[in-house]
Amino acid sequence: MITIDKVSKHYGNFQVLTDCSTHVNKGEVVVVCGPSGSGKSTLIKCVNGLEPFQQGDIHVNGTSVGAAKTNLSKLRAHVGMVFQHFELFPHMTIRDNLSLAQIKVLKRDKDEAAEKGIYFLDRVGLKAHAHKFPGQLSGGQQQRVAIARALAMDPICMLFDEPTSALDPEMINEVLDVMTELAQEGMTMMCVTHEMGFAKRVAHRVIFMDHGKIVEDDNKEAFFANPRSERAQQFLAKILQH
Amino acid sequence: MFGSYEFDWSSIPGSLTFLGQGLMVSLEITALAIVSGIVWGTLLAMARLSSIKPLAWAAAAYVNLFRAIPLVMVLLWFFLIVPKFLESFLGLPPGSDVRLASAMIGFALFESAYYAEIIRAGIQSVPKGQLAAAHALGMSYPQAMLHVVLPQAFRNMVPLLLTQAIILFQDTSLVYVSALADFFGAAYKVGDRDGRLVELVLFAGAVYFVLCFAASQAVRYYQKRLQTA
Repeated sequence: MITIDKVSKHYGNFQVLTDCSTHVNKGEVVVVCGPSGSGKSTLIKCVNGLEPFQQGDIHVNGTSVGAAKTNLSKLRAHVGMVFQHFELFPHMTIRDNLSLAQIKVLKRDKDEAAEKGIYFLDRVGLKAHAHKFPGQLSGGQQQRVAIARALAMDPICMLFDEPTSALDPEMINEVLDVMTELAQEGMTMMCVTHEMGFAKRVAHRVIFMDHGKIVEDDNKEAFFANPRSERAQQFLAKILQH
Repeated sequence: MFGSYEFDWSSIPGSLTFLGQGLMVSLEITALAIVSGIVWGTLLAMARLSSIKPLAWAAAAYVNLFRAIPLVMVLLWFFLIVPKFLESFLGLPPGSDVRLASAMIGFALFESAYYAEIIRAGIQSVPKGQLAAAHALGMSYPQAMLHVVLPQAFRNMVPLLLTQAIILFQDTSLVYVSALADFFGAAYKVGDRDGRLVELVLFAGAVYFVLCFAASQAVRYYQKRLQTA
């Protein structure tokens, strides 16, 4: 589904990603973790071309992200993405947030888009809030709307960029529950997250990054039981201490 | 202080129709300059923020040029040049009255430089993540700007845009250089005709004050409501 092949990226002299390669199979859930500044958010943003990269290539469902002739908008329309800060459109109701891209990008008619939007809003348990504006919802609710907004586009895979990092602790679980449900239904997912409990429960594989490199890429049992690199061992020791 | 000067306001009532027509000209120029200033200003602002360097430079040059020369000179140039241009371009007979058109074009081009800066700041006030989110949903750059970024930018800018509109309305009095009968021009003409320039200019000033003060109070009210909403 997603193949990342020797991707490197730099801003001027600063190397952000170095020779990153991995893949995500259909129906697989891959968690990407690592210390801040390790390049994990940049890597996931390269997958749908939000961040350009200088070397290597990424293929999503056979389409090259790096190729100049690729229509990135067309590709992104079917790759769902959820951001750390939700990024709902604050000047629109929740209903319109869910319909906008369906109408403008997928050319669905208004009623169809609204119906589809309400269906996914119901699935994340927020059907009653359709008429409200994003500012009237809690952070956890906004993030669930953001997930519903991405799902309404019928994505072939979902990218999550630290979806719970900006949330109050008591709201993290409601978002993780939605993500878990999605994973159990067989959605292909790539998640940048520090939620190791989620990784243990839901992920098939875990990628550990440090200084722009993929240091570990293993199935989760092996990763948690026996991380090979010293850096990953330190990271896990710190993060699992509490 | 006024010595033996005796005020005589009697020439005003009879001239109200003429003055009203002048006011309409002022408002017409204001409205057109606002609309075209915002449209052209938005394009300039987007060009200035563009990653295509020549486009950004051209827009910056335009904005800096118009912001660095006095409005009255721009109007005078347009008064002298545009009529000739329109005559040859539209095939109008020589001597056609295109003063209103040339004043409007001059204003639109001048004001758009100011609007461009307001709108640029407005666009930059929208978090970058909004554009990224719109892109991530498959929207093209024009779609993302039109449906996501600009509506938020304009909402943030409304008070500034209205304030600029009030300044613009006052600036329309400068079209007197082209002897166009805007409100100020009309008042001046009446005063000149009746030898009552002092009264007419005072009257015109009072009307400008009332309209602009009322408008700025309305902006303040709107701003307060925006903050509490």
